[in-house]
Amino acid sequence: MAFYVVQFLTGLASAASLFLVASGLSIIFGVTRIVNFAHGAFYMIGAYIAFTLTERFSGAFGFWGGVVVAALAVALIGVLVEMVLLRRIYHAPELFQLLGTFGLTLMVEDLVVLIWGPDDLVGRRAPGFRGAVDFFGQNIPSYDLFLIVLSPVVLGILWLLFQRTRWGVLVRAATQDRDMVAALGVNQKWLFTSVFAVGVFLAALGGALQIPRDAVHHAMDLRIIVDVFVVVVIGGLGSIVGAFVAAVLVSELNAFGILIFPKISIILVFLVMAVVLIVRPWGLFGKPEAAARKTPGLTVNPWRPLTSNERLAALATLVIAAMLPLFAGNYALTVGSEIAIFVIFAVSLHFLMSVGGLASFGHAAYFGLGAYGVAFLAKMAGLPMIVCLLLGPLLGCMGAAVFGFFAVQLSGVYFAMLTLAFAQIVWSIAFQWVSVTGGDNGILGVWPASWAASPSHFYWLALGVAALVTIALRIAVFSPFGYALRATRDSLLRSEAVGINAKRIQWTAFVIAGTTAGIGGALFAYLKGSVFPDNLGISLSVDALVMVLLGGVETVSGGVVGAIVYKALNIWLVSQTDLSKMVLGGFIVLIVVVFPKGIVGMLELLAQRRKKSSPPGSSLLAKPIESAE
Amino acid sequence: MRARNYFVGAAFALLAGGMGHSALAEDIKIGEINSYSLLPSFTEPYRKGWQLAVEEINAAGGINGKKLVVVSKDDGGKPADAQTAANELVSSEGVAMLTGTFLSNIGLAVSDFANQKKVFFLAAEPLTDAVTWSKGNKYTFRLRPSNYMQAAMLVEAASKLPAKRWATIAPNYEYGQSAVTVFKKLMSEKRPDIQWVDEQWPPQGKIDAGPVVQAVAQANPEAILNVTFGPDLVKLVREGNTRGLFKGREVVSFLTGEPEYLDPLKEETPEGWIVTGYPWYSIKTPEHDAFLKAYQTKYNDYPRLGSIVGYQTIKAAAAILAKAGSTDTDKLIAAAEGLSMPSPLGEITFRKIDHQSTLGAFVGKTAQKDGKGVMVDFSYKKGSDYLPSDAEVEKLRPKD
Repeated sequence: MAFYVVQFLTGLASAASLFLVASGLSIIFGVTRIVNFAHGAFYMIGAYIAFTLTERFSGAFGFWGGVVVAALAVALIGVLVEMVLLRRIYHAPELFQLLGTFGLTLMVEDLVVLIWGPDDLVGRRAPGFRGAVDFFGQNIPSYDLFLIVLSPVVLGILWLLFQRTRWGVLVRAATQDRDMVAALGVNQKWLFTSVFAVGVFLAALGGALQIPRDAVHHAMDLRIIVDVFVVVVIGGLGSIVGAFVAAVLVSELNAFGILIFPKISIILVFLVMAVVLIVRPWGLFGKPEAAARKTPGLTVNPWRPLTSNERLAALATLVIAAMLPLFAGNYALTVGSEIAIFVIFAVSLHFLMSVGGLASFGHAAYFGLGAYGVAFLAKMAGLPMIVCLLLGPLLGCMGAAVFGFFAVQLSGVYFAMLTLAFAQIVWSIAFQWVSVTGGDNGILGVWPASWAASPSHFYWLALGVAALVTIALRIAVFSPFGYALRATRDSLLRSEAVGINAKRIQWTAFVIAGTTAGIGGALFAYLKGSVFPDNLGISLSVDALVMVLLGGVETVSGGVVGAIVYKALNIWLVSQTDLSKMVLGGFIVLIVVVFPKGIVGMLELLAQRRKKSSPPGSSLLAKPIESAE
Repeated sequence: MRARNYFVGAAFALLAGGMGHSALAEDIKIGEINSYSLLPSFTEPYRKGWQLAVEEINAAGGINGKKLVVVSKDDGGKPADAQTAANELVSSEGVAMLTGTFLSNIGLAVSDFANQKKVFFLAAEPLTDAVTWSKGNKYTFRLRPSNYMQAAMLVEAASKLPAKRWATIAPNYEYGQSAVTVFKKLMSEKRPDIQWVDEQWPPQGKIDAGPVVQAVAQANPEAILNVTFGPDLVKLVREGNTRGLFKGREVVSFLTGEPEYLDPLKEETPEGWIVTGYPWYSIKTPEHDAFLKAYQTKYNDYPRLGSIVGYQTIKAAAAILAKAGSTDTDKLIAAAEGLSMPSPLGEITFRKIDHQSTLGAFVGKTAQKDGKGVMVDFSYKKGSDYLPSDAEVEKLRPKD
């Protein structure tokens, strides 16, 4: 019995650190609608700064003072980030801020290694909380007890802050309806900045408090960020109490789950999230999102098919691209093939995001399923390459059909997180089912048949498929189906009122996108000759998001451009510099600031301005309309 | 719009392809790939190690009079990126051979690439047995003692312990799984009386140490096998110390004696764990003294195990190239098979039968000295003594 009590308390202690970080994320999201990918980075910087301070100043005062000062210092950094970077992009398309914070995260990972060195750092234990308390023969670390007490205290303080202060009232109001708050004359700038500062403070505090239990190292951010997102979503976005309950739920399920299934930890949070979202689409304590006031930005410049001249130009450059093998070496061709494959991948996600308005955080699942499909067919059934390429993507198609059915019942960030949960579940199956998938050692020896083996032939194959896929999806965009899909994106209510079966349309779009991604994955398996669980992983999903956002969500061809720029830059930087993450992150932040509509979005805007150079044309008018939204 | 951007891509690709032709034609180039950005705590000392080797080799006149150049790439911890890097090294840098890699899956990916493209590959660090056995191929050689060898070394010491009830804690991925499997198998062969009472599989890098420690303690084992390392190990040790998990229990632990993982523990270092590692501070052999002196003079820092691996990888590559007298892949393979060479840890040989080197490891006990973790009572175990019989290896390895 004593054991179960202690295990429960241990779970609570784990929940405490999750809750601190998650509450900050939840507040920030609730008010600013920013998916703050850098939240983990702030957590990590908090730990690093606290490490330095607590090593420098010993004693109880030095330790606790160091922890608080570190959290305050990081909050200050957060304010700086908000004012310099985020303020510029609040009115960019949804999720664009994700790109900026992603860039920051990349930079921070290299930065901490530069400043603090590559070694894992182990900080002091907390003065006064070094030992353990005996509980019927079981030991409970006293620091755990401290954390168990701390998190309800923080919850209480936050509750008071939100219920008993004017600032709290404004925050709650903004969480519910920020346009209304703005309309009532509240200075949103400072509200957002202060909310961001509080959220970052909590993240950094969570990081700093890890010093006595954890090692401080440069991968702390990624280790926590996904779990924290999951906790926030399970609890319900913007709900602090929800975050608390979710943190406890997840931690306790883990603490007791490992007694029965020792391998459960790897997937538990995602299973819980998938179940919660299917049963309660807005999380445990979340409220249905108010019907969004749609930004007119999406409709101000209606999409149009390419003109004949543009088509010719596109064809001409495709021909030029096809001539690459005439003057480029094998390496350039292989990189070209890889870029072409990522164009397919990005275009498929772009179709879902731009046309369908459905941002998937787990799109790599279908890419990876396509790759595994090929690997199974080639290695187990021994089928020839052409058959594998045709049938392999069907696995992606099936995955998308099953998961998409559940996912399209949700919208917005909940949709995104459910797709993430499904992707992680698929990933963990690939990772765990060693006898079939080879686990993380992957499936090797999936090399192309001799007709496609030479780099130039494979390049032509990849380029050809990429071109076909892009054309097919463009045709779909301007087909009646595409118009119906756009209708569901722009107004679900109105589209249903005119008789469109929105869920079915969205489901179809999801399957199309998943199958297309599977085609990319199938080619990727042959390009690399092997398949690994990485091909389904979060980082690949994030890459796809970054490509789409970089190119421009509100455009038709953003996916293509984003994929080419991001992938080419990535490969080139990794090859040329030791600080590739720093440079790539810096580049992304720069793009975010300079091109808040993505590269293509900005080019289109410029082209339009040039066309209507007589008194500021409709595109300029669009700006005030958007910012009023 | 769309196609114009293919052109941009092509331009980038050309730019990338055109880089790096600066080295002179008579230089011998070796390609090196590792997870520099993902695992800096191992790869930074590793890089220093191979840079020292390159300097020494060129100071001694290079390889048969030609200068040795190492072109190094980061794989970011992703197999697919490692292959892109391998391709760049082979196709556009024209390297004579590939070396490096840390993670098992990346080692396997590059080994498969080498097999496909018929390139010589000297794997430095990946520990999985598959590299030389179940997925071995004639182009791939490996320097470090494999999972099997380290398990066999530990089992030799562990089987002498009186403990009968054992629990295991290992990261939930291939390395952890195969380490536990081999250890259990060898252990149960030597000691049929042993019971395995609990196993914990925390996700790599994400251990929730408190509940894991409680769960193991609840099973009340007499001894524990640990395979976690890095930040996970730190968390496990801290929770275990506070909760008294290690009190009165024997612990056998993979890799924990390596400075990369032992040094961060400082005053938390548990006493008396049986570990594999690298006690650079107490190794007293002329070969190692020479290496240590050169390393400390150049970097004003002490070597980690990574330094040894990096140093010896390039030394071995150079020895193979020198013996082959050519950069032809088949000649390199022929030269490498059965080749013996000196190393800071004594003479090593690349076995003909499975291309595994006989580099060994130190097995000893952990202790604390002046608030730092050290290895004591250690001895060097030669790799050649801990490999299965040739007949068994034949069965494990596919025919070329």
